[in-house]
Amino acid sequence: MNAILDIRNICLQYEGNFILDTISCQVEKGEFFVIIGPNGAGKTSLLKIIAGLEKTDNGSVVCKGKKLVDYNRRELSQVIAMVPQHVDTNFPFTVAETVLMGRTPHLGLLGLESRNDYLLAETAMQFTDIVHLADRRLDQISGGELQRVIIARAICQQPEIVLLDEPTAALDPAHQLKVMDLMEKFRQEQDTTIIMVSHDLNLASLYGDRLLLLKEGRVMKTGTPAEVLSVELLRESYGCEMLVDENPLGKGTRVTPVPSKFLETSKTDDQKV
Amino acid sequence: MKTEYSSVSTKITLVTLLLGMLLLVLGILAISTGSTGSNIAEILDIFIGKGDTDSIGATIVWQIRLPRVIMAATVGGTLALGGLVFQALLRNPLAEPYILGISGGSAIGAILGMLLGLAHFPGVTIFAFGGSIAVLSVVILLASRTMGNVALSKDSLLLGGVMMNAFCAAIIMFLISMVRTFQVQHILFWLMGDLSLIKSSQLPILLIVIPCFIAIFILARPMNLLLLGRETAAAMGINVRAVIMVLLIVTSLMVSVVVSFSGLIGFVGLVIPHIFRLIVGPDHRVLVPACILGGASYLVLCDLLARVLPSSGEMPVGIITALIGAPLFIFLLLRNKR
Repeated sequence: MNAILDIRNICLQYEGNFILDTISCQVEKGEFFVIIGPNGAGKTSLLKIIAGLEKTDNGSVVCKGKKLVDYNRRELSQVIAMVPQHVDTNFPFTVAETVLMGRTPHLGLLGLESRNDYLLAETAMQFTDIVHLADRRLDQISGGELQRVIIARAICQQPEIVLLDEPTAALDPAHQLKVMDLMEKFRQEQDTTIIMVSHDLNLASLYGDRLLLLKEGRVMKTGTPAEVLSVELLRESYGCEMLVDENPLGKGTRVTPVPSKFLETSKTDDQKV
Repeated sequence: MKTEYSSVSTKITLVTLLLGMLLLVLGILAISTGSTGSNIAEILDIFIGKGDTDSIGATIVWQIRLPRVIMAATVGGTLALGGLVFQALLRNPLAEPYILGISGGSAIGAILGMLLGLAHFPGVTIFAFGGSIAVLSVVILLASRTMGNVALSKDSLLLGGVMMNAFCAAIIMFLISMVRTFQVQHILFWLMGDLSLIKSSQLPILLIVIPCFIAIFILARPMNLLLLGRETAAAMGINVRAVIMVLLIVTSLMVSVVVSFSGLIGFVGLVIPHIFRLIVGPDHRVLVPACILGGASYLVLCDLLARVLPSSGEMPVGIITALIGAPLFIFLLLRNKR
């Protein structure tokens, strides 16, 4: 097995409740791996544990054959980059300054960037199409642009694994696609591993190689989108009715949540699927 | 690629040179101004050792004015830098160097020292320093214990500091209400900040303050990342706990030291970081030298005004700092709105 990340029996408790209960899974190098599940299922906690930002009560995460706890912060940040859900623009840096911060785990003691660091930041900004924004402040750009800036910062970090926490949550469809296409392109060019937490089951299906479905801190299912996105599993985990069929592109699974007012008529369709 | 980044080291050099020159000019001006009225030419003669080294002019320059200017610069630089660090650490634009209980603690110490009839130096100074460190320790210990696993969270530090300052303020009021009238002015001058008691024998505090400046400059880049949030900083390779702990200790130490000599000079630590953030941007690698030299220049200027403006005697420099600082800041804020 060529797993870049091996998650073994992770448990996380908070005040006696299991946030995560014996989670195990493996992520292959170059894989697009999506963690899905209802609110409070433990998706973000799992992502933070993988990023080394939260400790586990039990179990371990092995990254490139070495336990996460044996990495120091700097070493780990050279391997894993994180695109957080929320970005604070209270003390607004410019776009270029923000992207350049991605070089942090590669800099020396005084933290002065070299010519090469500037070049890498430039490349990352070209890649995410934000060069024209370089001198703008973070509080002067749109949400979609901000997300691309944060992704550029992660790319600039030259990681082997990128973690994304609901990167498309606040974006319009065009920006959702733009962000996802960027990650897909980055993965193909650099053979980077992508691990994403998402509520958007259709994006998960369209881009993910494999999905991990969580419910109340437990793994419901790991597998390809077709395997995980079944009516029964979705009903059991999310607790609502969803229709599952092939998407009109003819490539993959489509999920349609059913509002309660359509529930009676959809029962029959449900049987057909 | 035509986007030209102004390299950080160029910016640092430029800011340091410009503000360094400003400090030098203001320093010379401050040394050559005073009740005995030496002029700049005379002062320069004294500096290069020309003329009578034992003259009254030389004694005034070497023993009174120069130490005072150096002290004003040190205090100004330290307070501005302290404000900068706490604003970053607590991610709160209203933070100032006294916010973690330093003002309350040092004031109680200083007032107790005065009530015991001790001299300004070393007696009152040591009491003030002790009071400051005692209250700081309580705040930091409280913050590292509360709020579960998020040790030293900004909210618990901030709330702890504000509460301790409020508690200390009550004690200060009580002490003032108990003392006799002639001591009150003494205490008030200390609370407003006063540099008139500075002597050359106190200058070795620079040996404590300058290493603190250097330590904070080294941590300037991690401070940039802390502004983005602790988790984001950690995810980019910063050892957040260590950086926060070092910054807390170093900054508290240097502010406590200068405050115990100068009293509670207000406003420098709040407004100078903001002014330079408006001018040079949020990068701490530029802001650290800018605040040290800018804060130093500002307090040298304010102290000069505090000496020459009143027709007789002096007024506490703390009055001038806010009197100029607040309108200046509002002006910059309005102009920056675009």
